[in-house]
Amino acid sequence: MRHSRNYMIAIHVAAVVMAVVILLPFVWLVISSVSPATDLVSAHVHWWPAHPTLSRYQAIFSSSVGGGDNVAANFRLAMVNSLIVAGATTAISLTVGALGGYAFARLRFRMRRTSLFTFLTVYMLPPIALVIPLYLALANLHLLDSKIGLILTYCSIVTPFCLWTMSNYYLSLPADLEEAARVDGCSRLGALVRIILPLSRPGLLTTAMFGFLLAWDEFLFALIFTSTSNAKTIPVAIAEFTGKFSSDFGLIAAGGVLAAGPPVILALLSQRFIVGGLTSGAVKG
Amino acid sequence: MSVPQVAAAPVKKLGARGSGARGEARFAFLLLLPAALVVFGVVLYPVARTFVVSLFAVDSPLPGSYPFVGLGNYTRVFRDPDFYGVLGNTMYFTLVSTGAELILGTAVALLLNAPLRARWFWRSLVVLPWALPTIVNGALWRWIYNGQYGALNGLLEALHISSTPVQWLGSPFLALNMVIAADVWKNTSIVVFFILAGLQTIPSDLYEAARIDGASAWSAFWRLTLPLLAPSIAVVLVLRTIEAFKVFDIIYVMTGGGPASGTQTVAFYTYLQAFSNQLFGYGSALAYLIVVAVFALAMVYLRLLRQGQMAGVE
Repeated sequence: MRHSRNYMIAIHVAAVVMAVVILLPFVWLVISSVSPATDLVSAHVHWWPAHPTLSRYQAIFSSSVGGGDNVAANFRLAMVNSLIVAGATTAISLTVGALGGYAFARLRFRMRRTSLFTFLTVYMLPPIALVIPLYLALANLHLLDSKIGLILTYCSIVTPFCLWTMSNYYLSLPADLEEAARVDGCSRLGALVRIILPLSRPGLLTTAMFGFLLAWDEFLFALIFTSTSNAKTIPVAIAEFTGKFSSDFGLIAAGGVLAAGPPVILALLSQRFIVGGLTSGAVKG
Repeated sequence: MSVPQVAAAPVKKLGARGSGARGEARFAFLLLLPAALVVFGVVLYPVARTFVVSLFAVDSPLPGSYPFVGLGNYTRVFRDPDFYGVLGNTMYFTLVSTGAELILGTAVALLLNAPLRARWFWRSLVVLPWALPTIVNGALWRWIYNGQYGALNGLLEALHISSTPVQWLGSPFLALNMVIAADVWKNTSIVVFFILAGLQTIPSDLYEAARIDGASAWSAFWRLTLPLLAPSIAVVLVLRTIEAFKVFDIIYVMTGGGPASGTQTVAFYTYLQAFSNQLFGYGSALAYLIVVAVFALAMVYLRLLRQGQMAGVE
């Protein structure tokens, strides 16, 4: 279809407006993170610092772990905690989700629909409904303020999501693949491990990315269950410091840039899968 | 290869149904066992326990015997004047944020579906707010709205729109709207993904036909695009409504529920009752009411999914 010149100009102007609205807050986050504290609290907003500084990033990466008050060092420890917790959660949830999702996609058994709905129900549960007794239970097990406690909790939320998206991915594969493998003498498990899983690499990667993002973004459980840099994740560290009176936003901004790094990079790398991957299951059912 | 298989398959199935079906069910059970352990091992106890706690007047985290009050905590919710305030805030938040995200998201999705140059670039941009962690988003907007040093006041001054600084998070109703704006900035992206996926299923020759019939772009949108998008819109509407109804993180980091509880939502109020006032029994009752509301919305969602499937088959 041919489009008029005016139409082409109009849609590109609209796209530029959209880009500005999306990018300005990001740019401001980065600028704030390199602006000296005096620029951030002057009577007039300094849009660009006269003397940009990377001191906050240096502090986060190199300051020694002293007392509990060293915010920069706490940000670094929280980043490490977040990477461990989100990484382990993703690995476990993807493994059990990839196995279980296959059952929902390809096998006939009683209560198939009911059990799928039960898993999805857990995914929809508001965290606030679980957090009170989980807090008490983890306290009894001496798992408060531990990465293990967080990983266990996160796996229970991320696994239903992995089951759902992996099951939808298997449904998109041709059904006679396993038939052919089984005719060739493969066991059911052999067909899954040797034929289906290698073919599912795009689905596994997309599911892993969404799972990682879910775990990385989680806040309420981490807020209630953690209290020191043993297990505190980056959202908790940032929220805590934001709430303090007279806080240095430059340091929060530097922490925010680092916290945004892994999910933004992952999302950009898999951008072309997002529209298909995130929505296919939910729209098609 | 396929011809003999098609012929042989029904016979084989009839002959081996008993053991084959049982083997299949056993394999399914083994595959699902790890997932079931990981999920229900963690979740079942709290779900049951929250309900039990909601029947007692528990007012400390310590174990002990607390008076049984039956549904007392639940009836108390409905006699709690503060609850109606936070329910109103939650409904307002849900309606306005979901509505704004839907309208903006549809507009952006239509734009990204148009013949833009370097379309991948514009689509990548929309991924960015979605990937930004919720807490970082809240902290960033709190800084932008800062009454003394914030960029929003600075921008209004630089553009000669207003030189009197506004305390954006300083009064209850304004603060609620500003939090909604921050939420919309981040979560519109999700709506865009869903609508874009819906748009890609509409065959382009439908538009060609409409154009030949003399329909303007405007009427093609209302008569063709919007009805065909209805299933996608319905699904994302319910999903966003559920999320908005559970909103907690952005409130915690931007306003802490203030000023004057003007931005407290039901989830935030529940958190305060349980963890600040240590009213675990009352908090559990509130939590269960949220569960009921979310499930009601989820039922709507499942019904929509089923209707979408039917429409897809036809």
